[in-house]
Amino acid sequence: MLEVQNLSMRFGGLLAVDQVSLDVQEHEIVSIIGPNGAGKTTVFNCLSGFYRPTGGKILFEDKEIQGKPDYRISRLGLVRTFQHVRLFNQMTVVENLLVAQHRHLNTNLIAGLLKTPDYRDRERKSLDRAAYWLDRVGLLDLANREAGNLAYGQQRRLEIARCMVTEPKLLMLDEPAAGLNPAETRDLNQLIISLKEDYNVSVVLIEHDMSLVMDISDRINVISQGRPLASGTPEEVRQNEDVIKAYLGEA
Amino acid sequence: MVAQNFGHALFCAMITLIISFPILGFNLEAQGINVTLTGAKTTTIIGVVLASIIVFGFQLFRDAIMGALGTLPRFNPLAGREPMEPSRRVKLESRIITVLVVLFLFWPFMVSRGSVDLATLVLIYIMLALGLNVVVGLAGLLDLGYEAFYAVGAYTFALLSRYFDISFWLALPIGALLAALFGLVLGFPVLRLRGDYLAIVTLGFGEIIRILLNNWTNVTGGPNGIGGIPDPTLFGMEFGRRVKEEGNTSFHETFGIAYSGEHKVIFLYLIALVLAVITAMVIRRLMRMPVGRAWEALREDEIAARSLGLSRTAVKLSAFTIGAFFAGFAGTVFASKQGFISPESFVFLESAIILAIVVLGGMGSQLGVILAAIAVTILPELAREFSEYRMLIFGAAMVLMMVWRPQGLLPMRRIHIKLNRLE
Ligand SMILES: Nc1ncnc2c1ncn2[C@@H]1O[C@H](COP(=O)(O)OP(=O)(O)OP(=O)(O)O)[C@@H](O)[C@H]1O
Ligand SMILES: [Mg+2]
Repeated sequence: MLEVQNLSMRFGGLLAVDQVSLDVQEHEIVSIIGPNGAGKTTVFNCLSGFYRPTGGKILFEDKEIQGKPDYRISRLGLVRTFQHVRLFNQMTVVENLLVAQHRHLNTNLIAGLLKTPDYRDRERKSLDRAAYWLDRVGLLDLANREAGNLAYGQQRRLEIARCMVTEPKLLMLDEPAAGLNPAETRDLNQLIISLKEDYNVSVVLIEHDMSLVMDISDRINVISQGRPLASGTPEEVRQNEDVIKAYLGEA
Repeated sequence: MVAQNFGHALFCAMITLIISFPILGFNLEAQGINVTLTGAKTTTIIGVVLASIIVFGFQLFRDAIMGALGTLPRFNPLAGREPMEPSRRVKLESRIITVLVVLFLFWPFMVSRGSVDLATLVLIYIMLALGLNVVVGLAGLLDLGYEAFYAVGAYTFALLSRYFDISFWLALPIGALLAALFGLVLGFPVLRLRGDYLAIVTLGFGEIIRILLNNWTNVTGGPNGIGGIPDPTLFGMEFGRRVKEEGNTSFHETFGIAYSGEHKVIFLYLIALVLAVITAMVIRRLMRMPVGRAWEALREDEIAARSLGLSRTAVKLSAFTIGAFFAGFAGTVFASKQGFISPESFVFLESAIILAIVVLGGMGSQLGVILAAIAVTILPELAREFSEYRMLIFGAAMVLMMVWRPQGLLPMRRIHIKLNRLE
């Protein structure tokens, strides 16, 4: 459903992403790994429309999306989380999820002022959806708290829930396990698999936690210094000479 | 520490001297057709020197003085108090607003005509400030040209009544919608700009509108303004002594009471009150609606908001347009109240005052804005003798606010939506 062809991104003299290609099929978890500064987040920023790539093509469901504004790409069903959690800290947890459902709500001002049946109906539905996902990620008890007051692990899960209420087709997670303890990482592992199995969402995952990556990925792409290094199933990547060299060299 | 500050203090003192001496120290005097420059009285010069010394002393011991000021809150009995729980606070706020509205309702029947007139002005400012609050407080866009939309509303009514004989009630929505349209058209190219740039461009826009009104003489009357703007009517009843319009009746004759100029003033006041209440209620509702949440989300984290499918331009534009709409509302009422408008009424100072109300009131809080509007409009009237120093007092008040309570009188607490399904 997603196909990236020869994606390049140049910042001045720095070629942060150099001819990266990858593809994601329906019902698949694809990981991107690589050393720090390899350009993984930059790839995400290009895919999500946050940067305009300097070269290459991005096809989402056979439509070219490179250079489209970010909010449009998000509305197509390609939604992301951030390496550093970005919540609306002064809003409550449930409000964070309501903002994400802007598209599902009746945003007609007149309808809202008059509280038309359609407006109420949609508002109730989105509250239901929010409650469902909060329950799903174990935050229902905290629904009326301010998001900024949550513990770090809870914020991470809220960010994923916030993506899920938009009903995406493809979810891009940027280091979702960073800063989580082993128990939380295990829960996250379960959650990501369930997103794929139960909700039919494909996932692109950037992660440094190798056990998580190897566990849940269907395929892995390795990039190093902006260039694609290897790709394949976890088994293949684990045995790839270049990858071993790059990782050992770095360590 | 003091030694470090010495150079800085000296510099400040010199600046004081350089700025105030030419302004206060020399007088231009007209003698016949000649203008001569005369030196000031010695007292003035002593005053200027004294001021420089005070500035020098203050800057020299600045840390100590500011430190002492910083401990002042200790003497404030309310300082260490726990903040009130949000839900209780919201309730209390609505109750206070209700009491205020009731008070406002009976106000005109208890006081003089002048006070009612002033109160109408307060209500107009409340409308303006509530509208600007949407733009600045809720959406976080610094708009320094807000008076432009106010002017559009006022001039729409003035011109429509002059050329097309359109009544107040018809002009009210037209003025507001036209102002909103202006907001939309202006906002579209401008809202891509950020922070300071946006402030500067809106400032420019405010000036353009004023200069346009000033120079487009054959339509707007230029600096002479437009007079004879009709008063509102009540179901076809006029409030003047004699009926001006064919087919209308007059209020005092219909009810068989003696004519009194006060009826009109009170009627206008009540209209302003109703419109102010409507403005407050509509904006309150907007804050709970998806659009209100979108404003806040975009203000808090634009990148996250966009990644969730919120279009920055659309969301900001909605705030800008809605703000302009209410300014147009207020403008129409203002034109009707004055009966005469000219570009003089829509100078940058107006924007500054409205912005000051929003900032003083606490960005985003409605009760705060209402209280601040009352204070800012009425205090200068009470302290007439000091009217020359009005701006000075104003400035000092703003500086003190920023030092002690940068979040405003009543900082904003948005009404949170609750999930009530927690068993
Ligand atoms: N906006 C930008 N302007 C200039 N250089 C940038 C920009 N964004 C990223 N870079 C550079 O691009 C390179 C790749 O950065 P990126 O954040 O994509 O790495 P990463 O693979 O996500 O690393 P990490 O694992 O640390 O998150 C880095 O050298 C970075 O400094
Ligand atoms: Mg990164």
